[in-house]
Amino acid sequence: MTLAARDVSWSAGGRRILNGVSVTAPAGGVLGLVGPNGSGKSSLLRLLGGLRRPDAGDVLLDGRPVSRVRRAELARRLAFVEQHSATEMQLRVRDVVSLGRTPHRGAWGGWTPADEAAVAAALETTGMTGRAGQSWSTLSGGERQRVQVARALAQEPREILLDEPTNHLDIRHQLELLDLLRSLRTTCVIALHDLDHAAAFCDCIAVLDRGRLVTQGLPAGTLTPGLIRDVFAVEATQRYDRHGTLRIDFTVAPPPARHRSLQAHCRSKPEDDRRSGSDSRQETYGHLS
Amino acid sequence: MSYPRRRFPLGWFLLLAGAALLAAGSAAISIGDVRIPLPAILKVLGRQIFGLDLTVDPIREGIVWHYRLSRAVVAAAAGGALALCGCVLQALLRNPLAEPYLLGIAAGASTGAVMVIILGVGAGAVSLTLGAFGGAAAAFGLVALLATGTGGGTERIILAGIAGSQLFNAATSFIVTTSASAEQTRGIMFWLLGSLGGIRWPDAGLAVPVVLICGLLCLRRARALDAFAFGEDAAAALGIETGKVRVELFAITAFLTAAMVSLIGAVGFVGLVVPHATRFLVGPGHERLIPATVLAGAVFMVGADVLSRTVVPGQVLPIGVVTALFGAPAFVAILWRSRRTS
Repeated sequence: MTLAARDVSWSAGGRRILNGVSVTAPAGGVLGLVGPNGSGKSSLLRLLGGLRRPDAGDVLLDGRPVSRVRRAELARRLAFVEQHSATEMQLRVRDVVSLGRTPHRGAWGGWTPADEAAVAAALETTGMTGRAGQSWSTLSGGERQRVQVARALAQEPREILLDEPTNHLDIRHQLELLDLLRSLRTTCVIALHDLDHAAAFCDCIAVLDRGRLVTQGLPAGTLTPGLIRDVFAVEATQRYDRHGTLRIDFTVAPPPARHRSLQAHCRSKPEDDRRSGSDSRQETYGHLS
Repeated sequence: MSYPRRRFPLGWFLLLAGAALLAAGSAAISIGDVRIPLPAILKVLGRQIFGLDLTVDPIREGIVWHYRLSRAVVAAAAGGALALCGCVLQALLRNPLAEPYLLGIAAGASTGAVMVIILGVGAGAVSLTLGAFGGAAAAFGLVALLATGTGGGTERIILAGIAGSQLFNAATSFIVTTSASAEQTRGIMFWLLGSLGGIRWPDAGLAVPVVLICGLLCLRRARALDAFAFGEDAAAALGIETGKVRVELFAITAFLTAAMVSLIGAVGFVGLVVPHATRFLVGPGHERLIPATVLAGAVFMVGADVLSRTVVPGQVLPIGVVTALFGAPAFVAILWRSRRTS
């Protein structure tokens, strides 16, 4: 056991956000927090990271309450990647990753070879070495997220908490990021929206609904069609793909009657585009039909 | 531009800024109703500092040593202090427009100082500073309360600062018009715009240690300030005791502002212009930025003092007018840039 919440409750603005939630992150594994919007995933992550204090219950790190661990000590152990990160400062990628060394440095201590090595390794792992000198403000959303993960890795943590890290990423970068996190020896707790990704990449799943823990366990046992119907109000089925990975398929409503004619429309050359569209666009359509 | 410019090496920056400070300081001492050539200045310094036995005209010596040098030293200290305040506030509030004047802290400090002067609460430079500190802290509290009460966010802080400035300026005017004599009123109004007239060595004895000590205290928190780049939660997750650091640094900036307002009045825009220009040259890391900003602020203020005495012959402009002449365009430039990046 490395990181666990025991019966935590938390309120904000007079509203109960979390209500007696207990979860345990598997040491060295990936715990996925799933739940509908407003179910308390982000809040639970903030409690686990010691950024907020629970009103009741405890967050335990190796059996010790997080509230009793000094901030700097905690940050040497545990890193946090927020959903959004924005800054007014003109920082380079390297500057951002170097922030990860903050908890390892005293107020006056210099930049040591160990700091340099940690930053270089974090850049390498996330594939951002070639971008080290680039300005943060010029990065795409996916690159920014990767740099924040690199910053977290530079902290050399044993636990990383990530709040919907795949938000705003294209599908390739979503899969790459989740694959990267799974390959680390670090314990990861990830809030995720995509149940299929949660099933495929997490060792353990905790399902939250309206501030309560519904269930925690292996993906196959938690993300069942029945639970998904109860919590997310959608129909889904489980299957195993050809690599033996658990996948979640969603049942979508059958298409409306006009669907067929719309499909036919998309296959043919659109009338409007022939007049106003560019040449290359017409060529593409011509090729398809 | 995907690759940022090469940053200026800090050593060179400090060296050049130091040379600029010497040049500006020499100009500030030399220029005036009585023009004093450089050799005469050096002789005075040699006599006063190193106890050399040189012959100097006693009137010139008095002008150089008792009037102009102390004035230049206080100008340098005040410039450094105000630039430091701007630098720290911009990082803590994550707002490029944050500085003591625009946030209403200088206005609060003025109110506190005027209360001490006119209502006679205590006396002397120390009680003046304490009064100003009370006013600055009150303004800080009010602005923070307004900003968080209306939903937080970086834009709210500036709006709250405007409200705070108006309120405290009105309070100052109220006290001055109801309680001060005509002569007091004229003196205070001139001082409020920023004035280095009447500065003597005891003032320097307050200003210089205050800047040096506060500068070191801020430098101790340089890494914490860096960590605030991505917000308070991000800083906390990097091991910064955010609540403690905030209170400590807000108190330091309030105190610095109060000390400078009580000496030279509410001088605006130094805290806006200088940190941005310095950040542009040496980069955003506070370990480098803080010493560079303090030195650059000193150069800026001494230069502004020289300008204030030379632009209109035979007349001294309030120094706040000179800094605003530079500051207002800088304000517009920063707004313009943030429009493009957002």
